[in-house]
Amino acid sequence: MNAAFTHKPAPDRPPPRISVGAVGWMRDNLFSSWMNTALTIVAVYILITLIPPFVQWALLDANWGGRDRSICDANKDGACWTFIKVRFLQIMFGLYYGANPDQVWRPVLAFALLIALAIPLFVESFPYKRYVSIGLLVVFPFVGYGLIHGQWFGLPVAETSQWGGFMLTFVLASVGIVCALPIGILLALGRRSNMPLVRTLSVSYIEFWRGTPLITILFMASVMLPLFFPAEVDFDKVARAMIGIALFQSAYTAEAIRGGLQAMPRGQFEGADAMGLKYWQSMRLIILPQALKISIPGIVNSFIELFKDTSLVAIIGLLDLLNMAQTASRSIEWKGYDIEAYLFAALLFWICCYGMSRYSQALERKLDTGHKH
Amino acid sequence: MNIVKSMAAAAALSVAAVGANAATLDDVKEKGFVQCGVDGGLPGFSAPDDSGQMRGIDADVCYAVAAAVFGDSSKAKFTPLTAKERFTALSSGEIDVLSRNTTHTLHRDSALGINFTYYNYIDGQGFMVKKNLGVTSAKELDGAAVCVQQGTTTELNLADFFRANGMEFTPVGYDTSVQTREGFDGGSCDVLTSDKSQLAAIRTELKDPDGAAILPETISKEPLGPVVRQGDDQWFNIVKWVLYALINADEMGITSANVDEMKDSGNPAIARIMGTEGEMGKDIGLSADWAYNAIKQVGNYDEIYQRNVAPLGLAREGSVNALWTEGGVLYAPPVR
Repeated sequence: MNAAFTHKPAPDRPPPRISVGAVGWMRDNLFSSWMNTALTIVAVYILITLIPPFVQWALLDANWGGRDRSICDANKDGACWTFIKVRFLQIMFGLYYGANPDQVWRPVLAFALLIALAIPLFVESFPYKRYVSIGLLVVFPFVGYGLIHGQWFGLPVAETSQWGGFMLTFVLASVGIVCALPIGILLALGRRSNMPLVRTLSVSYIEFWRGTPLITILFMASVMLPLFFPAEVDFDKVARAMIGIALFQSAYTAEAIRGGLQAMPRGQFEGADAMGLKYWQSMRLIILPQALKISIPGIVNSFIELFKDTSLVAIIGLLDLLNMAQTASRSIEWKGYDIEAYLFAALLFWICCYGMSRYSQALERKLDTGHKH
Repeated sequence: MNIVKSMAAAAALSVAAVGANAATLDDVKEKGFVQCGVDGGLPGFSAPDDSGQMRGIDADVCYAVAAAVFGDSSKAKFTPLTAKERFTALSSGEIDVLSRNTTHTLHRDSALGINFTYYNYIDGQGFMVKKNLGVTSAKELDGAAVCVQQGTTTELNLADFFRANGMEFTPVGYDTSVQTREGFDGGSCDVLTSDKSQLAAIRTELKDPDGAAILPETISKEPLGPVVRQGDDQWFNIVKWVLYALINADEMGITSANVDEMKDSGNPAIARIMGTEGEMGKDIGLSADWAYNAIKQVGNYDEIYQRNVAPLGLAREGSVNALWTEGGVLYAPPVR
């Protein structure tokens, strides 16, 4: 190769200064047309009028100290986080643990165990996932229940009627989610089955639970069910709510998964058959892994909804996060500070729901194999 | 022969089962605590305090029953219940006593399989108006817009009252008591109606409490009290007489502070309550010092009222909840 003939392109000239950097970005995104310019100005105006007073109220002028309302009453311009601080255990763990702070280590330990067991499942290279999953799904529920409820290991009993706050919201939602997924998969497969009996049963189940509002199911579970049992059978109210939520949620999960199944091209089913795989083999190895991947947004969407819907247990007298915060803000000691209570509850709900949403997006990216159907 | 024997055994079993079902006292003693149904979110009646203890006039009835049965007021456990599920919870045996600001009515007493014992708070529906309206009596409210919480008996009583007096009104309905207050505060209506126990509390939360006044009329009767299952007379008597004992103690001036001195009192009426004379405890199936324990650990009716309800802004003096000797209607039969 002769160096003399090598073509050397002239270096690119920099783009006009007006289209790069912060100015360029703003021109592209905020002021690209007169319509967008107007919207930007309105949005900035709204933010300026809302955010500084909010920060002033919620952080700068806020009351954090003390143990009673006198400090908040003296400074009405700021938020009263003293209230949340004093009632923190109640709002997080409910009546029993609010009244027995020395026992709070039990739900905290249960939660820590849950996290410790769950983290390895998210680590790609962890080799013993199968055992950890079994531990998490089979052993942990008993350990967690034993810790939070007590009675076993000689721990003082915390009746489920005394559970509440964030803990109850979390327990109800996770039990609902964990039970709904397998039942939902079976129902979705059942609905597409060739066997008339299985199909009919699945369809009626799904349509029945989808056609009934959750609030009705909870109400029936709480008010009607006890009448069918003799007085000695004391069927726990939280358990009743859990079963109601799991049955309800499984119908929705089933429909989300059916959506994934229907999006699968016929070729995948036919290919599985052609390889001589039996029904369960082809489902387990070929169909479900792909169908579930497609269904992730729908499934997670319904789980996020469920997490927020657990607040409906208020109508059966269970004090979930929202209801507990509300009760605290109505007490004689803290009457009038409901905004703080609602904000705190909203923050916790947002953290959990946003976390679930982010996780599902990460999962989609991880499982993405390129071909979208 | 065998058939006869087994039938007899079955009959005996079923009788025993019914017996076990009915004897709430034995049940309670066996499990070691009184399970009590409360509202759980109604300040002054039953609501958790900062340390998580259930406090209020309804909760104190349960503490007193626990003190009478076990000699230990801490042996009371609480189940928060909604208005709709409270009676089911009682009849299904989930709770032993329902102490949840429940109004005594004929229908409930007769059709629901429950018994009302006595009243720990007598409420009634009233009106609050803006002072600048210049209204001093509910009879002058013709044509008013009235803020009311929907779906409650309050709404029905309101309509009844206006119809009975030949007046017109415009209802402005809200779902919760907080919204009702805000509606009144924001000027959506001239009048707010609710139970009087609530009106006083709502008034203190208004932007301008001095600009509002509570009218003297009470348009409904709401006697609230603890409720038990029908068919267990012993338990019914216990809850009823614990409440009577607290009111009697108030009448005789026995308080949690002086109850030990009163134990040596020469007054036979006081001695009977204290259990130093007669066999009152044995008669209702408890120990001799049942009332002593309840008063010592929870206080008499006035102490309970002043501790829980008075902070809501509801003075006892001059109200129906005063003793019969002081112009009220609380009247407990004698312990003898």
